[in-house]
Amino acid sequence: MTKAATSGQSGSESGAADGDRGVHLLREMLRIRRFEERCVELYSRAEIRGFLHLGIGEEACAVGVMEALSPDDAVVSTYREHGHALARGLSMRATMAELEGKVEGCSRGRGGSMHLFDAATRFYGGNAIVAGGLPLAVGVALADHLRGRSRVTACFFGDGAVAEGEFHESMNLSELWHLPVLFCCENNLYAMGTALKYTESETDLSLKAASYRIPARVVDGMDVLAVEAAAREATQAIRAGAGPQFLELRTYRFRAHSMYDPDRYRDKAEIEGWKERDPIPALVAQLTASGALGEGGLDRLEAEIALEVDDAVAFAEAGTYEPLEDLERYVTSEAAPQGRTP
Amino acid sequence: MTAITYREAMRQAIREALVRDDRVFVMGEDVGHYGGCYAVTLGLLEEFGPERIRDTPLSESAFVGAGIGAALGGMRPIVEIMTVNFSLLALDQIMNNAATLLYMSGGQFNVPLVIRMATGAGRQVAAQHSHSLEGWFAHIPGLRILAPATVEDARGMLWPALCDPDPVLIFEHAMLYNVEGDLADEATPVDIDKAAIRRSGNDVTIIAYGGTLRTALGAAEQLAAEGVEAEVIDLRCLRPLDTPTIVASVARTHRAVVVDEGWRSGSLSAEVAARITEGVFYDLDAPVVRVCSVEVPMPYAKHLEDEAIPQVADVVAAVRGLGA
Repeated sequence: MTKAATSGQSGSESGAADGDRGVHLLREMLRIRRFEERCVELYSRAEIRGFLHLGIGEEACAVGVMEALSPDDAVVSTYREHGHALARGLSMRATMAELEGKVEGCSRGRGGSMHLFDAATRFYGGNAIVAGGLPLAVGVALADHLRGRSRVTACFFGDGAVAEGEFHESMNLSELWHLPVLFCCENNLYAMGTALKYTESETDLSLKAASYRIPARVVDGMDVLAVEAAAREATQAIRAGAGPQFLELRTYRFRAHSMYDPDRYRDKAEIEGWKERDPIPALVAQLTASGALGEGGLDRLEAEIALEVDDAVAFAEAGTYEPLEDLERYVTSEAAPQGRTP
Repeated sequence: MTAITYREAMRQAIREALVRDDRVFVMGEDVGHYGGCYAVTLGLLEEFGPERIRDTPLSESAFVGAGIGAALGGMRPIVEIMTVNFSLLALDQIMNNAATLLYMSGGQFNVPLVIRMATGAGRQVAAQHSHSLEGWFAHIPGLRILAPATVEDARGMLWPALCDPDPVLIFEHAMLYNVEGDLADEATPVDIDKAAIRRSGNDVTIIAYGGTLRTALGAAEQLAAEGVEAEVIDLRCLRPLDTPTIVASVARTHRAVVVDEGWRSGSLSAEVAARITEGVFYDLDAPVVRVCSVEVPMPYAKHLEDEAIPQVADVVAAVRGLGA
């Protein structure tokens, strides 16, 4: 990638998956898909309430980017973040328990679907203010810069965020200060129910990042290998001191914006067209053709994942609710520092 | 004891923090090359360099959010917002992230951030640079809100604020920067939990903070000449409010006047008045009275601005009206 606009569909890096790695990527995408499908069932049984935003169809973005991160890198995400969380390594149990509002959840049931947090994997949330996570990611990266740590902060956001001032302020500040942020714009073409073409004067989003002198590229977000390759290249550049990088991951959500959304604004043929580019069958076909996924391999994967999802649901359902007397805990920190030494 | 301005006291506090803890850094608009809009950070860029004294673009939301992120990443940022009206551009980050992350994450992510900003009227800078919105911020759970009214507090509140594991907002009344006061040569941190009784008296309690403390003390002096001894409380910490100090005083004096440069409706003064009635209603000899800003956007012309904000004469009249 060169400085200035390098937009254009990439994909040349998206070669054949080498066996084990390809199966691993498939497994991670399937875990997210099957987890979220179970979420739909649980929602219809009212085990999960509130807003539930599914990323079905967008799994390649989460999985491809996370593959390029190290354990001490950081992730800042959005309210459509089940996939990011699971691919980052949050346990499926703690994630499902959170969706069911249980104290065993990754945010003690305080956050729900939109606010998954996990200090152990440096997962700084589920931010449900569109573009609200971008300044935060810039700051996390600033701390790493000031401490001389070679870490990357991956910041996910959707195409809707590009219309917010916080997006532009963050683009400018991160490049101005040359901070180690990997901006991952999951462009699914709709900000809730309004198509990009109705809200943006320039619909090529990578141009916006490039105008801030951030190296930007467009990636097929339905191809996990392409996403992974682009993310690896970008994180390597960041670690080498190249400053922030921007990936526009062109993707699509197969389901509505949330469980409340009647999805009146999308053409059925458009949805079906994108479903033909589903990243999961595409990778299955590739791995089958290469022999990496042998006879019965997919069935075994599916069976393992079904067990994991069942186990997560059982864990969540056996979970407990936070006691009412804890309602006011963690408004402020509990332990005042000794002698007020920071 | 040395005479020092409020501005110098604040600068000393920032300087000390930068020397004591290498995780501390300052960022905001014009804090470096310009020396700070109110010259609080003058000279610090030369002393500490551009990594620790960071001039930012005019992007309040991004640099406040970056402060939150840096705090999450282990730093101890001091973010300066030029003036309170501009803080509204960063309200999303302050409310939805700084104040909320610890709770929303089930106790995992605290935000040890300090945000400083100038507040208040009196300089004829009209309706977009003069308001007192600290009462709004004091509404928000998860934040600590400080209003240093004295040179000692300007010098002493910053370090404990930086030591607080959670976000602290410091509101500095713009009319105080040039005010001089005596400061002990060995300045020590002050507590950031308690209100302070700045003047003792038994006839009425006048409750003020920040820029209105001087108004309250001026009124108390006039009243003393008339034989009325007013007790003056400086709230110091607007969230959490030190309710015990307030109600204990009013229980003794039986009368209370709350002075607040914010607007009356839905204000901090309303909160203080409510706590007095909740706490010591049956000790009151008269209704709680409030002296607040007139409910107008701040006008430019001097005579109008003076009329809009609490003055000594208004406080004196309010106390007289109580029959103290």
